[in-house]
Amino acid sequence: MNIGTRKILDRSFTAVGIGSIIVMAIALMIVVVPIVSNGIGAVFFTGTIEHRKLLRDEFKRGNSENLDSEVASSERYRAKVYDMLTGFEAELETMAPEKKTQYKGKYSQVRTALQALLGPLPGDQMPMLTRFKYGQTRWEKAEEKLHDLLYESKWDNSNTEVMSREYFVSRAKSFEGTSLAPLFPYLSHNVEKMLLPEFTVYWGFITDSSVDSHFFGGIWPEIQGTFFLAMGAMLFAFPLGVVAAVYFTEYAKPGFLNSMLRSANSTLAGVPSIVFGMFGLAFFINTLKVSPSKSVIAGALTLAIMILPTIIRAAEEAILAVPKTYREASLSLGSTKWNTIATVILPAALPGILTGGVISLGRAAGETAPIIFTAAVSVGSAIGLADVLSSPTPALSWNIYNLASEHEAAAQIRHVQYGMVLALVSIVLLLNLSAIVLRARISKKLKG
Amino acid sequence: MTTDATKTSESVPAKKTRDIYLPPERKVISGGGAAHIVAKDFSIYYGEFQAVKKINADILSKYVTAIIGPSGCGKSTFLRAINRMNDLIPSCHTTGALLFDGDDIYGKLTDEVLLRKKVGMVFQKPNPFPKSIFDNIAYGPRLHGVNDKKKLMEIVERSLRKAAIWDEVSDRLDKNALGLSGGQQQRLCVARTLAVEPEVLLLDEPTSALDPKATAKIEDLIQELRGSYTIMIVTHNMQQASRVSDSTMFFYEGVLVEHAPTAQLFTNPKDPMTEDYITGRFS
Repeated sequence: MNIGTRKILDRSFTAVGIGSIIVMAIALMIVVVPIVSNGIGAVFFTGTIEHRKLLRDEFKRGNSENLDSEVASSERYRAKVYDMLTGFEAELETMAPEKKTQYKGKYSQVRTALQALLGPLPGDQMPMLTRFKYGQTRWEKAEEKLHDLLYESKWDNSNTEVMSREYFVSRAKSFEGTSLAPLFPYLSHNVEKMLLPEFTVYWGFITDSSVDSHFFGGIWPEIQGTFFLAMGAMLFAFPLGVVAAVYFTEYAKPGFLNSMLRSANSTLAGVPSIVFGMFGLAFFINTLKVSPSKSVIAGALTLAIMILPTIIRAAEEAILAVPKTYREASLSLGSTKWNTIATVILPAALPGILTGGVISLGRAAGETAPIIFTAAVSVGSAIGLADVLSSPTPALSWNIYNLASEHEAAAQIRHVQYGMVLALVSIVLLLNLSAIVLRARISKKLKG
Repeated sequence: MTTDATKTSESVPAKKTRDIYLPPERKVISGGGAAHIVAKDFSIYYGEFQAVKKINADILSKYVTAIIGPSGCGKSTFLRAINRMNDLIPSCHTTGALLFDGDDIYGKLTDEVLLRKKVGMVFQKPNPFPKSIFDNIAYGPRLHGVNDKKKLMEIVERSLRKAAIWDEVSDRLDKNALGLSGGQQQRLCVARTLAVEPEVLLLDEPTSALDPKATAKIEDLIQELRGSYTIMIVTHNMQQASRVSDSTMFFYEGVLVEHAPTAQLFTNPKDPMTEDYITGRFS
């Protein structure tokens, strides 16, 4: 090959390499940017007076006196709305029966939309569910609800050839000529004074329990559950994995049994996680009865089984990578085999073993399928350390899925879901980062 | 009178002082010269392959014995048999007898851990542990039950002084040993071996990875240690063998061709093959 061709080949390989890295970086951005930008919205957002009321009532937080004066000023603007409602109700009674029926339906839509925006109206019975006790706590949601209030959504299906199209009809027009007509311009002008939006930093999203299945409040029980499950899994899998790796590399005699065990281990690493979930239910809960039903310990054991092959493999590779000369040096000084392993080989292999461990920890924190049947519940409060043997727990991975697919009002609490995703991604990232730092530190110590 | 060690194999020799032909600049070691390690029809196999073939030899105590020979002649294999480092290779097995102080090294009752404590080894490539200099030296004594900090410090200092490296490292004992130069690392390895107070020192091409200056220091060190330890050194470098050793063994294809006092072997070899080798006709 002449030098020209060689250079062209070199350059094109470099170009392909750089190109693929750029593509990966773009893909990463596409995934990460929405997670971060939406997830941050769970903590930093424009909150309304309803959010502050909620904090005071449910979590006993915030400056009560300040809030009282705010509520008073907000009520002044709201009072006019309520007056208009009573006025219109009186007018409704005087209407001709046909007209009355026509307006009654529309008026009840307005009332519902108003309840969603501002919370219960005067004279309403106090609702049972917390989600109906307050108006919109987040300003961007309030704006949506205001739009629902000002415009009636209708569907145009006159053309059967194409899909129906949504269009909006101004309610101000529908109520033209009645005493309710001025309500709509009044609302669109004064909604800020009624809801008093201001920039809010809600760290409680991380440290609070959820209120009324994630409509309000935070995700602490999920974070704590994830922590318990991942740590529990490590507690079982890490020592077991390292011991197994030492056996495989140092003690096992090559032969049929050994190669069977090794290939079994490799196969285990490739088993789909949902199978581990079913296994955990069948074995740990139904057969061994480690707990009467779902529990943290059953979930942790299942996750431990799942990450065990990875830990064993990482530890094996780390041990095999320790230079043979260390072993020779130690043995030649009159050290026993076990002593050599404990004082020379394992310390030298520690960075690799720990890296494998932390990567597995990240995987245990993020897995959903193994805990569906063994540990996770969709709603629940944070459990104490003493309850891990008997209680199930909410966990981030499972609750992300739950909020996305099974929650009755998934569309209304997207910010919570994104917040959970960001929290999970951050936890895993933090774990990996700590692994890198730890590894660098130990390696530096070893290399001198 | 000279000792023809290749022929003494009929019985376990008594520990008597032997005469050894030494050039005038090398001193006779008082109390040395007893047969410390004795090989009797000793063979080593890797599976089917016979790497060392029916060796008969006496290694004299407190003197320096060099082993020379072309690559693959079995000299390292023989050296590593003496402290049973060959045990690490599963297919390796032996026949015949190899005696250390009269006890069979490959006997059923031999504790190889105890043996290795008495027969220390320094390897081809410097292999300090990734620990501090102090911990490297103290590793052996700690294994054998010395935990007293003051006593350990004494041992560390004594060993480093014996290995002629104390002056270079005394101010940085807590620094990682891998930060030393190659020659320093090798002397550190010697000190580490001396710290467990062995009787025999096996050196497996200890200078092949070092530059000439560091090599000279190791050779000086061997001269210092001569008389205190039974030293065996495998080397590719015939000048080195003639400089440092009292007697020399020449191996060829697993056979011990000649074993004689160094001065005699290099000036007046009995076997024509030895002569060919030391004159560089083959290597």
